[in-house]
Amino acid sequence: MRAPLTWLAEYVDLAPGATGLDVAASLVAVGLEEEDLHGGDITGPLVVGRVLSCVDEPQKNGKTIRWCTVDVGPHGQMATEGKHQEIVCGAHNFEVGDLVVVVLPGAVLPGGFAIAARTTYGHVSNGMICAEDELGIGEDHTGIIVLQRYLGAEVAAALTPGDDAIALLGLGEEVLEVNVTPDRGYCFSLRGIAREYWHATGSPVDAYRDPGLRATPPPTDGGFPVRLDDATPIASVPGCDRYVARMVRGIDPNAPSPRWMQRRLTQMGMRPISLAVDVTNYVMLALGQPLHAFDADSLRGPIVVRRARPGERLTTLDDVDRPLDPEDLLITDAGELPLAIAGVMGGATSEVTATTTTVLIEAAHFDPVTIARSSRRHKLITEASKRFERGVDPLVTAAAADLAVELLVTYGGGVADAGVTDAGIDGDFEPAPRASYELALDEPGRIVGVSYPRDQVVRTLTDLGCTVEGHEGDADVVTVTPPSWRPDLVDGPDYAEEVARIAGYDTIPSVLPTPTGAGTGLTHGQRVRRLLADTLAARGYVEVLTYPFTGLSSADDLGLATDDERRHALRLANPLSDEAPFMRTSVLATLVDALRRNVSRGQRDLALMELGLVTLPGEGVRRAPLPSVASRPGDAEVAGLLSAVPPQPRHVALLATGSVAPRGWWGEGRPVAWSDLVESALAAGRALGLDLEVGPVDLAPWHPGRCARLTLADGTTVGYAGELHPAVLQRLGLPARCCAAELDVDVLTTASAGSPQATPFSTHPAALSDIALVVDASVPAAAVEAAIREGAGPQLEVVSLFDVYVGDQVGPGRKSLAYRLTFRAPDRTLTTEEVNGFRDAAVARAAELVGAVQR
Amino acid sequence: MTQPDPTDLSQEGLDALVAAAEQAFAAAGTLAELKAARLAHVDVKSPLAGANRAIGSLPGPERAAAGARIGAAKAAAASALAARTEVLEAERDARILVEEAVDVTVPVGRRPLGARHPLELISERVADVFVAMGWEVAEGPEVEAEWLNFDALNIGPDHPARQMQDTFFVEPPDSHLVLRTHTSPVQARTMLHREPPIYVVCPGKTFRTDDLDATHTPVFHQVEALAVDKGITMAHLKGTLDAFVRALFGPDMRTRLRPSYFPFTEPSAEIDCSCFACNGRAALGECRVCGGSGWIELGGSGMVNRKVLTACGIDPDVYTGFAFGLGIERTLMLRHGVGTMYDMIDGDVRFSSQFGLEL
Repeated sequence: MRAPLTWLAEYVDLAPGATGLDVAASLVAVGLEEEDLHGGDITGPLVVGRVLSCVDEPQKNGKTIRWCTVDVGPHGQMATEGKHQEIVCGAHNFEVGDLVVVVLPGAVLPGGFAIAARTTYGHVSNGMICAEDELGIGEDHTGIIVLQRYLGAEVAAALTPGDDAIALLGLGEEVLEVNVTPDRGYCFSLRGIAREYWHATGSPVDAYRDPGLRATPPPTDGGFPVRLDDATPIASVPGCDRYVARMVRGIDPNAPSPRWMQRRLTQMGMRPISLAVDVTNYVMLALGQPLHAFDADSLRGPIVVRRARPGERLTTLDDVDRPLDPEDLLITDAGELPLAIAGVMGGATSEVTATTTTVLIEAAHFDPVTIARSSRRHKLITEASKRFERGVDPLVTAAAADLAVELLVTYGGGVADAGVTDAGIDGDFEPAPRASYELALDEPGRIVGVSYPRDQVVRTLTDLGCTVEGHEGDADVVTVTPPSWRPDLVDGPDYAEEVARIAGYDTIPSVLPTPTGAGTGLTHGQRVRRLLADTLAARGYVEVLTYPFTGLSSADDLGLATDDERRHALRLANPLSDEAPFMRTSVLATLVDALRRNVSRGQRDLALMELGLVTLPGEGVRRAPLPSVASRPGDAEVAGLLSAVPPQPRHVALLATGSVAPRGWWGEGRPVAWSDLVESALAAGRALGLDLEVGPVDLAPWHPGRCARLTLADGTTVGYAGELHPAVLQRLGLPARCCAAELDVDVLTTASAGSPQATPFSTHPAALSDIALVVDASVPAAAVEAAIREGAGPQLEVVSLFDVYVGDQVGPGRKSLAYRLTFRAPDRTLTTEEVNGFRDAAVARAAELVGAVQR
Repeated sequence: MTQPDPTDLSQEGLDALVAAAEQAFAAAGTLAELKAARLAHVDVKSPLAGANRAIGSLPGPERAAAGARIGAAKAAAASALAARTEVLEAERDARILVEEAVDVTVPVGRRPLGARHPLELISERVADVFVAMGWEVAEGPEVEAEWLNFDALNIGPDHPARQMQDTFFVEPPDSHLVLRTHTSPVQARTMLHREPPIYVVCPGKTFRTDDLDATHTPVFHQVEALAVDKGITMAHLKGTLDAFVRALFGPDMRTRLRPSYFPFTEPSAEIDCSCFACNGRAALGECRVCGGSGWIELGGSGMVNRKVLTACGIDPDVYTGFAFGLGIERTLMLRHGVGTMYDMIDGDVRFSSQFGLEL
């Protein structure tokens, strides 16, 4: 919302010499944040000039320029060279004798555009004849400003060449733009901003002149008939509870709105259109009450305000034919023809046109929820809807209509009808009583943490327009009734905020709260996440964060089987991109994007990791309830809420390509292999004190023969690690031989939650024994090791596979695994005979379980 | 040189043997030469050893005196040997160290260190600041019940944020599930399940349907703080914010509250932090961080709305609370001079790798 300082000053005394920045600083303290400061950024000389001569000179580029001499009074070349100003001009919309606006060398126009004499089209041009856009007062660049037309002949007649045009055009005026929060609908008006400035500066009572306080004629019988007929209010709130209608006849359709009004509208960022339209906009900006002007000759009457009927349509002023929803509130002619979507936008049929002479002014009060819904339903955010959905002062309605009538009469030469309509729900409008609040005078202080004196609380609320009753004597509790323009003031905290912001938030002290009871630090799960990320980073993985959205082809690209649970992905109703409407079911699914991007940027050796949530809705999405907020939902309802939210376990994914150890002076690099990822996964487990078990598995997107399933001792799956399937890599456009892992962090967290107990260890010497076992090539090493452990018994401390041999000596389809076994007893030194016995038992068990033959 | 007679057990004869040994040791330039000298002058085949053996052939009464003389001579020779050995070994050790010297400046990156993402590191640091104050860290899901994300927080069905332009909704829309637009539903979950006192901080990933540009990303990170206890005031909010910005940005930092509006708080305030780059000393337009205003916008805050407490089962007549929230991306941009959002979301390893494992 903008506020020209000169307009603001009409309603409130500005501090002497206050600049736009000063006013902004005052307003921010009461909650109106500065957005921008317009205007005031022009320095002269900018003067009135009279065109003395102009010669059209065609140019080689096809343009025709005008070589002009302009009388600019005693300024410019007259001062330095004793002759009239010589200027090259590109526009042709003026004649000799016209009064124009001339900017002279040395001036700076909006945007820091410095003016100097310069040679152009073979002449030295000493300045410029200005168009609206160059001065920042409009968008028009079709021609230069001719002052007789721009200001009217009467004003222009009084001008003399050389007069200062900055003051004349109001170009020195600063226009402040502030951000209005949704609870302060009344600040979408100069009336509201002026009031806030008055509060902010603590000026005397008479410093604020409320333009909404205006003697208005009472309703009479002869007014235009209006009926409020809302059969289906939303949440029992009628869509319209007040409708003021005033008629002005005999308006000159050619009468323009006055220059000062056009100027103000322009400053507010609006385009002047016609007297009737400009007046409605001007009154809305001044008082915050949106108005609508109907061409009264197009109406049969009465005006009936009702909800739309199924199938009804309306072509709105923006030329869009809109189907209406039964929740839309309509202004209709005689209850039939829709004229407008109430509070949002008018229709084409009753629009004020260039021939309109009779205007019906509508000033109404509409329900914020009704307007908000219509505005969103039709994607129409208008100046009117913006105000109505935030709440318009229901008591400023008649004043707004009356001001509009006065302006139409004054500037359009019209005559106002004596009949005044001010319709309410039931006959003439009667203000509904506002609910009051019993405010303990120490409540604001208790909420804010500042002990505001009683008098200060009462005075602040009174200044704000509240009625404060019962504060006489030493009463602790007063009855506060908010003013009509503050629908947001309801309970204690609302009033606390008012007292605090008027006193200034800067008076709130800084007090550190002391939580009762000692904190318990991070949870085990939070520590696990940090530890995993740190451990993997220390092992060379670089953490990245990817968007968790996956595309339509993601599951196919990853080669997931048709019955794979990861195909059940949650779908977004309004995704960022229709290409990626799903929430990921694995972190790997989106981590591949980061790998591809890094590769495209020239990286060859990469090890990426990401920790994040995946969404596993399973089959079908549950529906979450929407319980009442009047009190805490029951336990069953809370449970229903929580269980409707799909499971979202935290995963960590690893993805690597290229070399794990780069090539260097020490020798060749080593390409990343499936085993590096298994090792990282085991390290992640080990970091948490867990020894994960490894088994072979065939699972997409991994290579069917190079993927390990990692499990807890009880068989619970932790995740998978290995080399990715070559076809997957090809489909995803990734380098060959990428390796990846994905682990469920929640499973690791739960598994590591206990307090591990120390195991005593032996101080007796260890005995070593080596064995080589030949097995079928298909037997997993893990199975061989398990058999060895089982057979060797509890004295076996370490099994270490130190060689794997495949070749002639063991025959086709066979492999030899060489192990070093370390034995140790807790209580004694083992004898050679004992160790040999354990070893033989291990070999025997391996023979039994996996068909091993000792070599 | 004539070989001294090994049977000459006179003092003069022995002195000559010792002198010969000392001369030989001194002449040895290497440990190998010293070894040869040792073999020649003190070992089994040396004249001194011969002299020792000759004691037995002396008449009884002379043996003791001769033994004493020979013992002294052997000790003198051994001492000379030890001294020379020490010198030569020291020379050898020093030479080996010189020979073993390498160029320590050659690149050694055989196993490069990885990196953490700075957004995660900042989140952890923020959490640590609160944990140190006795708070707890709470978390929740990213796909969230609409009621917890909106209704419970006094964002009614007609609030603009409930519309499609801001919020990701889950298909079908009547599932009433959304991607959480803030971490506030974690606060609601906490209050639904716990009695005050509550002091929790909620960091996490959040979603809004903003287009990606240099300063906006549809997937971003927030941290929110919630304190609910008896007698909590806005002064406690201010105190917590001051302590927080001092811990995160430096001991001279302070905060400023400005009146604002949020549905879930009343009174509400915007939070500004004094500019850590210029601390308010730069002229207007001259500070790259604050533009010379001296203040940086950090986030929103306020006293928890009574309706929120009520919907979450906390008696607003007994307890009050404050809450505040700020953007992690913005904090990272300000604190570490990150110029664009793209760096944070692209996943380029060079971005994460420029920081250590701690911020």
